[in-house]
Amino acid sequence: MEGARRTSIRGSLLMARLVLSSPTGFAGAVIVAGLLILSLIGPVLAPYDPYKQDMSERLMPPSWEHPFGTDQLGRDILSRVLYGCRISLSIALLVVAISATIGLLLGLVSGYFGGLVDEALMRVTDLFFAFPRLILAMAVAAALGPSIINTMLAIATVSWPVYARLVRACVLQVRNETYIEAARAIGAGHVRILFRHVLPMVVHVVLVQATLDLGSIILLAAGLSFIGLGAPPPTPEWGLMVSEGRLYIRSQWWVSTFPGLAIMISALGFNMLGDALRDAFDVRLGR
Amino acid sequence: MDLRAYVLRRLALTTLVLFGVLVVTFLLSHVIPADPIGAILGPQAPPELVEKLRREWGLDKPLHEQFIDYVCRAVRGDLGRSIRTNRPVLQDLLEFFPATLELATASLMLGVLVGVPLGTISALRRGSWIDHAARVFVTLGVSTPVFWLGLIMLMIFYYRLGWLPGPGRLDPYMTPPPRVTGLILLDSLLAGRLDAFYSALRHLAMPAAVLGWYAAAGIARITRSSVLEVMRREHVRTARAKGLLERIVVLRHILRNALMPIVTVIGTTYGGLLEGAVLTETIFAWPGLGRYSTGAFLYLDFMAVMGTTLFIAVIYSLVNLAVDLIYAYLDPRVRYG
Repeated sequence: MEGARRTSIRGSLLMARLVLSSPTGFAGAVIVAGLLILSLIGPVLAPYDPYKQDMSERLMPPSWEHPFGTDQLGRDILSRVLYGCRISLSIALLVVAISATIGLLLGLVSGYFGGLVDEALMRVTDLFFAFPRLILAMAVAAALGPSIINTMLAIATVSWPVYARLVRACVLQVRNETYIEAARAIGAGHVRILFRHVLPMVVHVVLVQATLDLGSIILLAAGLSFIGLGAPPPTPEWGLMVSEGRLYIRSQWWVSTFPGLAIMISALGFNMLGDALRDAFDVRLGR
Repeated sequence: MDLRAYVLRRLALTTLVLFGVLVVTFLLSHVIPADPIGAILGPQAPPELVEKLRREWGLDKPLHEQFIDYVCRAVRGDLGRSIRTNRPVLQDLLEFFPATLELATASLMLGVLVGVPLGTISALRRGSWIDHAARVFVTLGVSTPVFWLGLIMLMIFYYRLGWLPGPGRLDPYMTPPPRVTGLILLDSLLAGRLDAFYSALRHLAMPAAVLGWYAAAGIARITRSSVLEVMRREHVRTARAKGLLERIVVLRHILRNALMPIVTVIGTTYGGLLEGAVLTETIFAWPGLGRYSTGAFLYLDFMAVMGTTLFIAVIYSLVNLAVDLIYAYLDPRVRYG
């Protein structure tokens, strides 16, 4: 037992080295680490209160006092972008944690037991794949009303089926392996087999999908806010900030540009890290 | 299973999914919102008006009867009436859809024209500078928010450089060609209006480039991995060994076999383009479904929001159906498997 744990730790270290040795993996890891740090200490670094309005300072171009300039209400854009990091990252992490867990459990059960449960569950996921993700999220958000919690609910509602499908496909591959049969032969119960013998074989697939998903969920959440279905004003949410700067794009380019860059860099970080993880684990994902 | 049996089975499945789609939009429009009438009329509405509307929409009936009503109406194409335009939602959707169709199709064409060659070359020249450049292009393409990219391009190419026209589908002073299909490019050709065609093409360039990049990125990524996989197979080695021209090996032996995943990704990209259209149409003042539905939301025009959702899901399901049928046609293993 102790030996197995040690090899799994060694395996993880090896994986981490493999990921970091590729240039994209390294760059992705650096960006993601930076984002995590900023979301923790961003509010400390922020030079101003992100909600403080100052009409005499409105729409000021980038300068030493306001490196990213100020917006239409004279709020410091750098401070708002820094605060926004925590919002975007917590939305993405929470949504991925919720939808990956739901998808993982349903996929395990569906693939392992098969039969009617499996059939029913797969038809439900078919249904979710009949909608483009953003469209369904928009409809859910419209039914629930705009708020950050509802944004997360809406995105989680449309995100779990991918995990369920993926996990089910993996489980189908290992279900009839000899070691599972052996475990059953010694008298292991379903729960034990599922969590001790099947789960470890699918965790890496979920991990890769989740990392890539973090990038697309940041984009999705920002998109919802951009069209007015996400975080309500005056939240310093990146998508909302891009939307607020839309009217000023002609001459006050900085209002939309910096929050948009923040969205892009975050999505880029998770996508690069996810790609490197996928290459390292040699995982094939399909939607 | 022959092709016909496969088609029938696939059609049955699509019907089932479309029924499920109706269940979902029903739940979202009738069950989850605590007070649909309040959302439409606002908090200060007189109670007798609320009561009248409740009865008119059948909201006083039990839920299963409401659902049956809803399905019957939807099947007949009655998606309710928009409170913003005061017209049937379906009529609105049909008016706005061609603009989105034009934009999505142009973007998809760009995506295929750029994505397939790029993915193929970067697989054939794996590890070369062009492969690395393609990776950067792909990763940036899937990471850049389209609504922001649209704004930045508008700022640079319209406001700063003046190379491309701004928002809208035609120059503001130009009379549009008579509406036949609703696709301005096609309509202006039908009317023999080359000036309108040229103007429409220039207006289409920027939004189509924004969405086309996103489409090309996804398509290039799948093409690359699919080509890489086929290249490893033995028949390719044999083809090379017997001294076939590299061009023939690539076109006949590699690309042909790599086509399947590419067809699939083109189908899913279409769904992504519908989403992208929702996000970019507002920026480019593009009178399509996206602009219609976002506007509908801001006015709490509930029938219009749900009608659009239903409409897009139907289109998307039909595209998926088409992809599966093409797939079965191209690859006999699917229908016999």
